[in-house]
Amino acid sequence: MQKTGFFMRFITVLGFVFLYAPILSLVIYSFNESRLVTVWGGFSTKWYGELLKDPQILSAAWISLKIAFTSASIALVLGTLTALVLVRFGRFRLRELLNGMITAPLVMPEVITGLSLLLLFVVMESWLGWPSQRGFTTIVIAHTTFCMAFVAVIIESRLSDMDESIEEAAGDLGARPVRVFFDITLPTIAPALVSAWLLAFTLSLDDLVIASFVSGPGSSTLPMVVFSKVRLGVSPDVNALATIMIGAIGLGVVIATILLLRQEKRAE
Amino acid sequence: MSETAQQDRVRPWRFADWFVRHGRMLVIGLPMLWLMIFFLAPFFVVFKISVSELAIARPPYLPLTSWEDGKLILTLNLGNFQYLIEDSLYVSSYLTSIRIAFFSTIFALLLGYPMAYVIARSTGHRRNILLMLVMLPFWTSFLLRVYAWIGILKANGVINNFLMWTGVIDSPIVMMQTDFATYVGIVYTYLPFMILPLYANLAKLDTTLLEASSDLGARPLTTFLTITLPLSIPGIVAGSMLVFIPAIGEFVVPTLLGGPDTLMIGRVLWSEFFNNRDWPVASAVAMAMLVLLVLPVMWLRRAQSQQEAG
Repeated sequence: MQKTGFFMRFITVLGFVFLYAPILSLVIYSFNESRLVTVWGGFSTKWYGELLKDPQILSAAWISLKIAFTSASIALVLGTLTALVLVRFGRFRLRELLNGMITAPLVMPEVITGLSLLLLFVVMESWLGWPSQRGFTTIVIAHTTFCMAFVAVIIESRLSDMDESIEEAAGDLGARPVRVFFDITLPTIAPALVSAWLLAFTLSLDDLVIASFVSGPGSSTLPMVVFSKVRLGVSPDVNALATIMIGAIGLGVVIATILLLRQEKRAE
Repeated sequence: MSETAQQDRVRPWRFADWFVRHGRMLVIGLPMLWLMIFFLAPFFVVFKISVSELAIARPPYLPLTSWEDGKLILTLNLGNFQYLIEDSLYVSSYLTSIRIAFFSTIFALLLGYPMAYVIARSTGHRRNILLMLVMLPFWTSFLLRVYAWIGILKANGVINNFLMWTGVIDSPIVMMQTDFATYVGIVYTYLPFMILPLYANLAKLDTTLLEASSDLGARPLTTFLTITLPLSIPGIVAGSMLVFIPAIGEFVVPTLLGGPDTLMIGRVLWSEFFNNRDWPVASAVAMAMLVLLVLPVMWLRRAQSQQEAG
């Protein structure tokens, strides 16, 4: 194995500092007593208290969690079906169309996705009378559509790495495709399903642009509330919120990684 | 034979039987139908509204077809597109978007390539940990990470405070609300998208080629320029397009970090829609943005299929 040069390693260290310095500064200043976010006024946890007393943030957080849970779950089903179809079903008519439609949302600028879905909902409302108002349902549909693309990518790569001979053996022994799927395929790809669901959940929780287009009155999500606060300048309670979210997600990812590594070791 | 057929006929309808016969169609049909309705159809709606006329109504545009004296009249209003070309605001916001997305991609490549290279050359646990460190920021809120830069870059922010404390500068450097801050934000946001495809490409690189090259007396730099770099071109293209394409339509970064003159298309579309409530022009802007993205998307797909082919 060739050694990497000093220059390459130096840039790498610089890159990781660049990635983590902002996150670190968010966490540090969330414990700042002073209202002036970047002037250190002593250690304090008062912004966490303020945050828990803010009804607007709390209700937005609850709405966001409900939306993220629902859309991640629907996206998991639809994304897994798409991956299964693309990897295992061989050639069929419209395969290329499905492949294109599932990869395009990954790179589509959010403003276009948001605008186009909103216009669709408006047209559907005038033609079919549904959805009669925008809010929870329309945001869930929008989030499901872009999250299922990410789910499909993860499951697709897992399915193509998987040893197909076990599935074939089960089929040869007379198991029907549905049974093979539930008894063999699903348990094998379970870790990938977990990480796909988690990714879909965080993507939905994080989305500002698409939700802003398709939401309605009374259904402001957490990023929408944060954005309107942040637009007016830095505010210490947003730092506290960021620290809570970073802590929760960081912990979740670390635990998931440890569990996956342990499972891999056991499999070996 | 006839006996089993008869048995089939008398058996009551059961979902399981139906599924075995038509399951394949159902499994293909469900995601297909969802994506056709909620991903494909919206683009036709955007196109339709981009050629309609603005009206003070709910929704704020006129229908394309009308019925007059027994004649069906189809009105296609190309005025919105004409407006985009004639008003210098749109043309300059296009050029700004392309410029910012282009240079952000270059910066992300210059920073991301060494990182991907070092990760691909490390082994075992170290590689896994470095990869996780690249992925981790991607899991944490994008909005909050962009927000963090405000605290770092502003006049009494972390950088200026530090430089003034050390005495390097006397008065704060203006970094917020500039193109510089926008570049920082976009490179920061999309860096993992650059690193991951590059890593995937570099990890697959046949290291015996590198050994052969150094055995034959080539210096590390020569080996890098003649072997590693050419072989990693599919990774470079894939990573670059994964940064460039979403950067073109970026809204949050230029709004929070950029100045009032950092007009990018995403921001223009947003203000046409939310502030001016001009849906037809917003749709025309979206159509024009899509046209701009066709070439990069095709390039991305080609690079990805090359990557898969190895």
